[in-house]
Amino acid sequence: MSMLKPDFIKPVGLGAVIFAALAFMPTLVDSYYMSLAISVVSFAILATAWSMFSGPTRYISLATVVFFGIGAYTVAVLGEVLPFPLVLVCAGLAGTVIALLVGFSTLRLAGVYFVIFTFGLTELVRQVVSWYEVNVTREMGRYVFLDITQNDIYWQLLALFAVLLVTGFILGRSRLGFALRIIGEDETVAKHCGIDVTRVKVALFVLSALFMTLTGAIMAPRWTYIDPVIAFNPMLSFQVVIMALLGGPRRLLGPLLGVIPLTLLFEVLTASFPNHFSILLGCVFMVIVYLLPGGVVGLYEKYRAPKKRVLATDQNAEPGGNAA
Amino acid sequence: MQISAKLRLATIAAATTAVMSTATLFGANAQETYRIGYAISKTGPAAPGAATSTIPNYEMWVKEINDAGGLQVGDKKLPIEVVEYDDRSSSEEAVRAIERLINQDKVDFILSPWGTGLNLAVAPILDRAGYAHLAGTAVTDKAPQLAKRWTNSYWLLGTGEQYAVELAKFLEGLKADGKINDKVAMIAVADGFGIELSKAGREALEDRDFDLVYDKTYPLGSQDLATIVNDIKALGADTFVAFSYPPGTLGLTEQSRVLDFNPKVFYAGVGTAFPLYKNRFGDNAEGVVSLGGASEDDPKIADYIKRHVEFAEREPDRWASIVNWATLQSLQQAIERAGTTDREAINAELAKGGFDTILGTYKPGDQTFWQVGQWQNGKFVGLAPTDMEGAAELVFPKPEWKAAQ
Repeated sequence: MSMLKPDFIKPVGLGAVIFAALAFMPTLVDSYYMSLAISVVSFAILATAWSMFSGPTRYISLATVVFFGIGAYTVAVLGEVLPFPLVLVCAGLAGTVIALLVGFSTLRLAGVYFVIFTFGLTELVRQVVSWYEVNVTREMGRYVFLDITQNDIYWQLLALFAVLLVTGFILGRSRLGFALRIIGEDETVAKHCGIDVTRVKVALFVLSALFMTLTGAIMAPRWTYIDPVIAFNPMLSFQVVIMALLGGPRRLLGPLLGVIPLTLLFEVLTASFPNHFSILLGCVFMVIVYLLPGGVVGLYEKYRAPKKRVLATDQNAEPGGNAA
Repeated sequence: MQISAKLRLATIAAATTAVMSTATLFGANAQETYRIGYAISKTGPAAPGAATSTIPNYEMWVKEINDAGGLQVGDKKLPIEVVEYDDRSSSEEAVRAIERLINQDKVDFILSPWGTGLNLAVAPILDRAGYAHLAGTAVTDKAPQLAKRWTNSYWLLGTGEQYAVELAKFLEGLKADGKINDKVAMIAVADGFGIELSKAGREALEDRDFDLVYDKTYPLGSQDLATIVNDIKALGADTFVAFSYPPGTLGLTEQSRVLDFNPKVFYAGVGTAFPLYKNRFGDNAEGVVSLGGASEDDPKIADYIKRHVEFAEREPDRWASIVNWATLQSLQQAIERAGTTDREAINAELAKGGFDTILGTYKPGDQTFWQVGQWQNGKFVGLAPTDMEGAAELVFPKPEWKAAQ
């Protein structure tokens, strides 16, 4: 019902125009900038999908790469057997099933237990895949020979990101999104309001995992060769968390504000200081934490709306509140 | 409050400008050089391998050429200018670094990264952009197909199968001479390399009527190798074959020594031919068999090892380093033979082969190097293929372990 209101049509229309313009990027820049664009869009999807679940619930998940890797592996296994769109469907299904299993078995955990579990999950899945390849297929490492160009990957990612943003936008205005925010504020209160806490959390976890899985599946043809170490590299999970936190995970476009500067920063550091990357990165993180404790979104809110803040009684009021 | 906020913004702006302007400075381009680019793992899991087999050779090659005034291209001497990146052992980083080398730095030639996965990740990009790909450290059973798929790619270390088959042939000879029984205990690291070699080894050994009394894998990074050695010790196999990676190679050797497991033929995997193996085990390295090998009586090889020690302050490994060096020599000759920096002309020369290298007359991708070698008197000599010139006699049986140093 609220879908036809101008406050829905206006941002979605604006987004559509921006995405349509971005789709023409491959005709304007060379393949180096395209590879950079792929990096930005893929991290944008992962960080936004991560924030969709972790932002409102405040559950820090380090399982991003589990789903990303499952997507990549599905392509490695089925890539030459099925047409690519069907492979993506299979990847989505695999990601959903695993997310459901993980969700129902762990989302009753809270706080640090959940963080540790999701981190361990990466290692668990990696070892299970390794075990299967060693003992069943007797082939470690798989080849992905698909005629999918860099531009194809970019367009697919762009489309996926558009779908994710629309999903997130609708979610933010739905009962489910509202329920999630209540859970994030206080789980006990949410239960007393009659919210089925576990079911809501699992639903969001699965939705977020689905987008991560599809990102992995779309990216896989880029690497030609996939083994468990490449597909399940835990660094990816950490990068996504850092980017989302820098941007601000409690707003739909917040993570994007972390992804763009950090991806570009990684790129400048890698290109200019190949031998000092890690130490400079460490310094940059310290600077960020010191200068931008509230993320980019926090900075924006601080300077944009000081008067609203004065009116609000609680300085730490929920910043996602005026998104609706 | 207001001042401090402005100060913060100013700091960020200043920092960004500083980083950006440094980046531009570094990207500055000098004329009249031959630009070589590479992205290699300086950090991450692939870093130790890259630092052993690849980076010292690249750096030494560039230094030797530049000390001599540069590459002789036509009537000009062109010094080499290097653009290098760290791929942080990640496929995605490697892909982006290669795109950057091609499109931003516009280098004349690109040298390969380290490892099978990273070489496969960058191969399609190099092929599309018309760059030759001298994949120096990839072992893959798909090597022949890959060379066809990407016409300017050369898979220097060949397939896993060839090492396993050559070893099986060598063992068959020992069995026929009545030196060893038909029992073989085989283990492999659960990684691409170990699985490929053990798969090929299993077939090759069973075809030659060997009895695999032990055939298991151990996980990459496993610390608990004593159990494996103990299990195998009781089986009465004269031959022990481990298709292992460096940490496992060192661990298995150490455990075998501690538990006094001393089969007549002791074969360990990657890492055995590394100088660190000899440094770690000293006299106990004597008689250990592995893949690779070097004819150190050959003056060219001896000279290469000497120069490598002078340059890098350590010895090269006796497998990938030698093949990589022969390929770098080939590249220099290909450029000089082409007499131009034109990539297509150089690619055409590379494809012709016939280069004079430490491996004799060589074309990148030739498998004319030792597949099986052994530590003998502090040198890692070549044993097989037995019909290759300079093949050494096997020290047999493997000498007893000595007490720890």
